[in-house]
Amino acid sequence: MNWEIVIGLEVHTQLSTNSKIFSGASTTYGAEPNTQADAVSIALPGVLPVLNKGAVERAIKFGLAVGAHIAPRSVFARKNYFYPDLPKGYQISQFDLPVVGQGALTIQVEPLSGNAKPYEKVVRITRAHLEEDAGKSVHGESQGVTGVDLNRAGTPLLEIVSEPDMSSAAEAVAYAKALHSLVRWIGICDGNMQEGSFRCDVNVSVRRPGEALGTRREIKNLNSFKFMQQAIDYEVQWQIDTLENGGKIQQATILFNPDTGETRSMRSKEDAHDYRYFPDPDLLPLDITPAMLEQVRATLPELPQAKQARYVSELGLSGYDAGLLTSSLGTANYFEELLSSIEQRGVSKADSIKLAVSWLNGEFATALNAQQIDIENSCLSPAWLASLLIRVLDGTISRSAAKAIFPGMTTVAQKLRNGESIAEFSIDAMIDELGLKQVSDSGAIEKIVDEIIAANSAQVADYRSGKDKLFGFFVGLAMKASKGKANPAQLNEVLKKKLGER
Amino acid sequence: MLNSSLQQLGSALRAKKISSVELTQLYLDRIVTLNPALNAFVTTNAETSLAQARAADALLAGGKAQPLTGIPIAQKDIFCAKGWRTTCGSKMLENFTAPYDAHVIEQFNNAGAVNLGKTNMDEFAMGSSNETSHFGAVKNPWDNNAVPGGSSGGAACAVAARLCAAATGTDTGGSIRQPAALCGISGIKPTYGTVSRYGMIAFASSLDQAGPMARSAEDMAQMLNVMTGFDARDSTSLKRDKEDYARDLNIKVSGSKPLAGLRIGLPKEFFAEGLAQDVAGCVNAAIAEYQKLGATLVDISLPNSRLAVPVYYVLAPAEASSNLSRYDGVRFGYRAPEYGDLTEMYEKSRAQGFGAEVKRRIMIGTYVLSHGYYDAYYLQAQKIRRLIAQDFADAFKQCDVIMGPTSPSTAFNLGEKGDDPVQMYLSDIYTIAVNLAGLPGMSIPAGFGSNGRPVGLQIIGNYFAEAQMLNIAHQYQLATDHHDRAPQNIGL
Amino acid sequence: MSSTIFLANADVRKVARLARLAMSEAEIESARAQLSGIFDLIAEMQAVDTKGIEPMSHAQDLSQRLREDVVTEANQRELFQSIAPQVEAGLYLVPQVIE
Repeated sequence: MNWEIVIGLEVHTQLSTNSKIFSGASTTYGAEPNTQADAVSIALPGVLPVLNKGAVERAIKFGLAVGAHIAPRSVFARKNYFYPDLPKGYQISQFDLPVVGQGALTIQVEPLSGNAKPYEKVVRITRAHLEEDAGKSVHGESQGVTGVDLNRAGTPLLEIVSEPDMSSAAEAVAYAKALHSLVRWIGICDGNMQEGSFRCDVNVSVRRPGEALGTRREIKNLNSFKFMQQAIDYEVQWQIDTLENGGKIQQATILFNPDTGETRSMRSKEDAHDYRYFPDPDLLPLDITPAMLEQVRATLPELPQAKQARYVSELGLSGYDAGLLTSSLGTANYFEELLSSIEQRGVSKADSIKLAVSWLNGEFATALNAQQIDIENSCLSPAWLASLLIRVLDGTISRSAAKAIFPGMTTVAQKLRNGESIAEFSIDAMIDELGLKQVSDSGAIEKIVDEIIAANSAQVADYRSGKDKLFGFFVGLAMKASKGKANPAQLNEVLKKKLGER
Repeated sequence: MLNSSLQQLGSALRAKKISSVELTQLYLDRIVTLNPALNAFVTTNAETSLAQARAADALLAGGKAQPLTGIPIAQKDIFCAKGWRTTCGSKMLENFTAPYDAHVIEQFNNAGAVNLGKTNMDEFAMGSSNETSHFGAVKNPWDNNAVPGGSSGGAACAVAARLCAAATGTDTGGSIRQPAALCGISGIKPTYGTVSRYGMIAFASSLDQAGPMARSAEDMAQMLNVMTGFDARDSTSLKRDKEDYARDLNIKVSGSKPLAGLRIGLPKEFFAEGLAQDVAGCVNAAIAEYQKLGATLVDISLPNSRLAVPVYYVLAPAEASSNLSRYDGVRFGYRAPEYGDLTEMYEKSRAQGFGAEVKRRIMIGTYVLSHGYYDAYYLQAQKIRRLIAQDFADAFKQCDVIMGPTSPSTAFNLGEKGDDPVQMYLSDIYTIAVNLAGLPGMSIPAGFGSNGRPVGLQIIGNYFAEAQMLNIAHQYQLATDHHDRAPQNIGL
Repeated sequence: MSSTIFLANADVRKVARLARLAMSEAEIESARAQLSGIFDLIAEMQAVDTKGIEPMSHAQDLSQRLREDVVTEANQRELFQSIAPQVEAGLYLVPQVIE
């Protein structure tokens, strides 16, 4: 019994504009109910829509980022239906002529089970169009009534529609994650799923291989990747079970219940929706000139895939490391600024890359995780971190010494951020204070090694007769004798030389 | 005073021959006396109007007056005016106090004019007789058994009965021109996009346009100067250099032939069957007068104009059905006193709040947009609309302006067209095509029909030709006196 | 193209529901008769050959103007809600909606 799964996603992204798509009301999240609901937002008699330039620019940015056709002329249409959170009784959207046409997104899929390797897939994007968000219904305030808050009504949305190219929950989640990453990367959406900035509707159907597409059901308003995966898995199994038991799938809109892990049909409206789309006569066609396209294109940052590829080819990073560093634009920017800071102080890029990469993906990432903050919110500037890494690169301190200093630096940085004044801080002062300066003086090292060799003649004899593993024993002793400050590279050199002598 | 032009009133005010308070009080008193019978006004607010008049008098005293400062203007109850009840002729908005000013209202306020009150109208501007108003029919001041026309019936009546110095109206299919014709006054619907629709309660967005209703071309020019102008809040508002619409009023090509060289196109479709003989007589006489003024006549054809009415009755209801969806009893307006669930609340509020004609048009509009019918109706109508606009473009290659009757008959009796909506729709046959094309259209008095009821001459110009049209109207009004006539029994 | 549309009561009922207009059976029948008359009026335009003609949405062939992305509206909740039928804690109240 072989079944193919067919999945398409419709993702509603709230665009990060200051004002609403058709009026000058604020879009800030979390305001008191209806305090950001202006005359246009509440659809008073006689009000009219005027289009927000910022919304258009963000739509164009997205289209360019996915290599899509940007329509030179697109049209706004009214989608007519009655609902309390839709004050006009219609939503201004785009129907026949959307602003963004066909594009594609390449994703990395990590299979959720089994030992299959991660693989790459191209998901086609059918279109993306601009529309306005509805308000919010607040249930359960009083018995038998629903409260309506129109603050959200009119927030700009970009609805991104994919082709039904995905064939598993893993692929759907990978696509959703990649899209989530991208819209944040190019700065058009904050991606805050708890606040409803990024909402996914998933269309799921199943079919026997070679047959026509099955009837699809739409799982609405998934706002977590984990729930998306669970919902799809449940729904797919439900559809398969239904069909295998001789039943038929009816087209339906369904909701996922995270508590039960089940999907269920929404209370169906008696009639199917007839949205009666027609071009909105209050708005003129949106014409996007080549000049505007170029102006927006110039603001597009290097996209994650291109940057990742460049890190590998130009900087010699592994694919894995490059992937980690391009997981967000903030991380990538930090990395590049860090390299640049180090280079400005005379250390060559080639020498610094390995340490910078390993520090960012290692100690720094760990610290950010522990503080539960994004790299953009870190108090520690690339220039400061550069100062620390330079002292490792120039041999003043060892890497483990730097690790010891790092928490202190972070604390100081936080104090500065909070406006506390502190005495002049310098890395060098801290190094001296903690006595972490490496011993790199060759004379001192030779002296230590001579003493160790003299005090451990048996082990020296064993080493010289072939027990290479004893090398570590001598390193350990030397480190202890130098209180950990011997420059490891130099120590190795001296040890090898002296132990090698007869 | 009551027969003065706006310019004369302005001069009198500036010369302190009369104050704005006195002038406003004069009109308010006349409204108290005459409005109960005529029903032209839905709302007056003497206190507010007089307060504005006092402010105007201060401006006049300080030498800071503009042409319309201190002059009482009646506002069609379709314009939201902050703090004023704004009903749109409907029970749905019977108790709606607008929380903001329409752009048009702002323009008049900034000009120092006085808001004299809100005039009656067909409900949501849907009608040609002012009989669909929730607040009762308006009477034609020339004959109280007759309708004043619609939807700006209250405004037309108020101007004709000298209940205001001038008034504003709106025109979607003829709602300024037709009542102007039936009430013997002048009215103009300017080029679409010239007057901002922000705050003007929407009926059919791509057709609605506001304009002045007054007793002469001179007065219309003064009103247009205040009403027009770019408004960033209306996406369909046009950004153009400011115009003085009075600039060409007095242009005369020569003393004896002021309109020499003017080519007047006469569409054969406007003089065919369906046109009442008495109306034809007046219109032909007016055209003959134009020839005396030097104009030449050109026979033209607008072959697709016969489709204007069906096209309009697809497009306008379609847009209206959507525009009126916001009237749901949730955030403002009428909510049914009893209902069960949400659907019932919507259905009852709207069924009770809207009148029969509005509901009819919402039904038509919903139907023609619905699944399966969009192409055959809506899309088809939009295509024919282009053909109609093209007809005009072709005609304007052969003539400078187009003339004909505004309405196929003089005012009909109240209740006469009650049962058959289609009969009512056919009163708009000459005016509708102009809205579909977005062209400017005007109606001026051209005499009286066999029953003593007024006849209007329609003048249609090319886009943005208002100043020229006003000149043409003004020269005619210098040579004739139809526009100076007043109804009897209005206490003059 | 068919020139007359046959309107049944069921059609009228469906449209009334789409438009959220309560109608009694008598009203539906009366509406059906009137609407049929109006559709006869409209029928004439259906027969016209419009192949190749672009639909006309607006009088002028212009483009939508864009507004700068700045906040221009202040909070006017008190004023706007003073005209609302039912309000509580800043929310507009409607009969409960169940999804």
